[in-house]
Amino acid sequence: METIKPLIQYLAVLCLSPLLLGIINRVKAWFAGRRGSPLLQLYFDLYKLSYKTSVYSRTTTWLFRAGPIIGLGAILCALAALPFAGRPGFLAFDGDFIFLIYLLGLARFFTVLAALDTGSSFEGMGASREIQFAVFAEPAFFLSLAALSKATGRLSLSGMFLALEPASWQAAAPALLLLTAALFIILLAENSRVPVDDPNTHLELTMVHEVMVLDHGGPDLGFILYGAALKLWFFGALIASAVLPRHSGSWLYDGLAFLAMMAVIAAGIGVVESVMARLRMIKVQYLLMAALVFSVLALLFQTGR
Amino acid sequence: MSIPPVLLENIPLLSGEEFAESVTGKLRSGGRAAAFFAITEESAFRLVMVIARDAQGRLEIVSTMAAGSFPSLTAELPQLHLFEREIYEITGLRPQGHPWLKPVRFTGAAAQPGVAEYFRVHGSEVHEVAVGPVHAGIIEPGHFRFQCHGEKVFHLEIALGYQHRGVERRLACGPDARSLHYAQTLAGDTTAGHAWAYCDTVEALAGAAVPARAQVLRAIMLELERLANHTGDLGALAGDVAYLPTASFCGRLRGDFLNMTALICGNRFGRNMFVPGGVNFDLDAALVTELKLRLDAAFRDAEAAVALLLKTNSVVDRFDAAGLLLSDAARGLGLVGPVARACGIPLDTRRNFPFGPYHDFTLSASGRGDVYARAYVRWAEMQKSAQLIGSWLAALPGGPVVAQCGPLKPGAAAVSLIEGWRGQICHVAITDAAGNFRSYKVVDPSFHNWMGLAMALRNGEISDFPLCNKSFNLSYCGHDL
Repeated sequence: METIKPLIQYLAVLCLSPLLLGIINRVKAWFAGRRGSPLLQLYFDLYKLSYKTSVYSRTTTWLFRAGPIIGLGAILCALAALPFAGRPGFLAFDGDFIFLIYLLGLARFFTVLAALDTGSSFEGMGASREIQFAVFAEPAFFLSLAALSKATGRLSLSGMFLALEPASWQAAAPALLLLTAALFIILLAENSRVPVDDPNTHLELTMVHEVMVLDHGGPDLGFILYGAALKLWFFGALIASAVLPRHSGSWLYDGLAFLAMMAVIAAGIGVVESVMARLRMIKVQYLLMAALVFSVLALLFQTGR
Repeated sequence: MSIPPVLLENIPLLSGEEFAESVTGKLRSGGRAAAFFAITEESAFRLVMVIARDAQGRLEIVSTMAAGSFPSLTAELPQLHLFEREIYEITGLRPQGHPWLKPVRFTGAAAQPGVAEYFRVHGSEVHEVAVGPVHAGIIEPGHFRFQCHGEKVFHLEIALGYQHRGVERRLACGPDARSLHYAQTLAGDTTAGHAWAYCDTVEALAGAAVPARAQVLRAIMLELERLANHTGDLGALAGDVAYLPTASFCGRLRGDFLNMTALICGNRFGRNMFVPGGVNFDLDAALVTELKLRLDAAFRDAEAAVALLLKTNSVVDRFDAAGLLLSDAARGLGLVGPVARACGIPLDTRRNFPFGPYHDFTLSASGRGDVYARAYVRWAEMQKSAQLIGSWLAALPGGPVVAQCGPLKPGAAAVSLIEGWRGQICHVAITDAAGNFRSYKVVDPSFHNWMGLAMALRNGEISDFPLCNKSFNLSYCGHDL
């Protein structure tokens, strides 16, 4: 049983990720006084896209086709190393958090290349913005994980969260609070949520992530949407693990608490998206710089102790 | 307002040089070109310009004869740039010295909409972004070309004409059974505005006196149209900055105002309400009560929705200083409507050229020319509109709602100005010896204002374009005619 538990966790992640977006959309709908789309809408969309045919422009090359597959592959790989409710993922090893950052970087690199491959001015602009934001988001992410590593004294992501206890929060509350805040900002930025990006907009000139995938269709678009849902889970799980340090030892109980926390985080994203407008494009960098400063401070606090 | 019809022979006919001198003098001393067009004479064209002296509330008409070409005044008076291009396109009269002589609506036999030379900025890091004519949302077609450096916009050129239907030419064949229909569909969302302007010119030429009750009912339709569109615009502005609550509320409230319009005349856009001489539908006591209730409820909700929008810091920060248009530029381009008022130009046809029941209209909404100002002016106007409708419903004048409208005065010209929700609408009708239209000129506020949008984007960010565009919300149809 113990050997298949990580597999069951992994399957649970693969199945439940699209639900997060359903929760976000329902919360937003509730704030706006609407009924909203079904909770399972993304599952329906993915099913619909799965039996469609992809359409490729004659001006694109293999890069355009590789983008969605490499993007999805990278995030699937990253999730295998991600702890679930304080239990290690089956791919966990020392230093895996650096590996994860590179996997996400690889996914971003190929998404950007696929966007540039279309030669569209919209997609080029989106790619430029994506990279511009990554300049701050990536180091912020790296440093916040480094701070966590320093706080717990472990080098694998699973180890860090396993070592994280309620006592760690008492001992290193400022650092943990700062890095959780940094992770939440990075979550919003990496998953193209308000206030960084607007996932609902149809206006290409204002898009960041959406515009890079405008030319993808059919199963390719399905890969991208599913990859985005998994990525949201990835960042949500990091935050959930950071703020839920108490582990009862019961796999089922811990798992359910963890899932409940994930739902709360999704609802939190929905609330953020409902109560504030999107930032002006040039001001997004200030938000990301704040995340960077938070994680630098968290690391400094830990180093100084 | 409409001025009493002027006999065509009484319109001052100046020589080319006198005309240029006179126009330059008038437009430099507080005048504004409300309309500038050509009418066909036997062997040449007669250029007619209607100049509005906003401060005095006076209209002046001057004209000159031209054949082959005429001297362009655009370089000195930018507000004439599109009028001169339009004259060139329709008549072939070349405005000598026009700095950017391009087709306006691409109506020539070989012309294809959007196919023309565009202004280009050269440089290794300058990139060009072309948007449209097919857009992502459900909007009308238009082509936008940006010259950018990174996110910064150096220049935006707007090419329209995809919606050209030849409606002006068709109106000039009237008045007939379809004229009113064409007038109220000139721009789909400005039915009351254009229908009123059309009725106004016809009534002026026929010498009909519209009963007081009909005037008030018309004004109620016009203000309901303003309420519905401003509400929709504020919601759309909220949607563009991803602020969902106001976007959703306003979407519903716009429908409420449109439904009130439907309650009066059976059509959500107010079609079929206006008729030369008065209106087609009257209000009974029960309907008045119902309208009052609905107005109060809808306006109360709108108040809450807009307060949410204008009091949320992140929204204010997003609107503030976006799409800045300075008042000098706005004045130079002859902008009209809420857009001009948001730049601090005190022009409102309801006050400067009172028509219908607007004799003691006062409203001074002003701003510094950014998206916030344009949103705020809309909200100020909504409050005024709701208050006006409320007071009119409380004291509707009695009497008939339609008067006899006889044959039109032959050989005369009539001008009417109406403040539609987008700004000043100008219709000029000129009749022939038999009392039929010889020429019918329509100037939608969008015709003046599109260039304002292009200017507002200069040195702005390209990601601000949708927001700016929405804050202007101009009509493609009204421009393309």
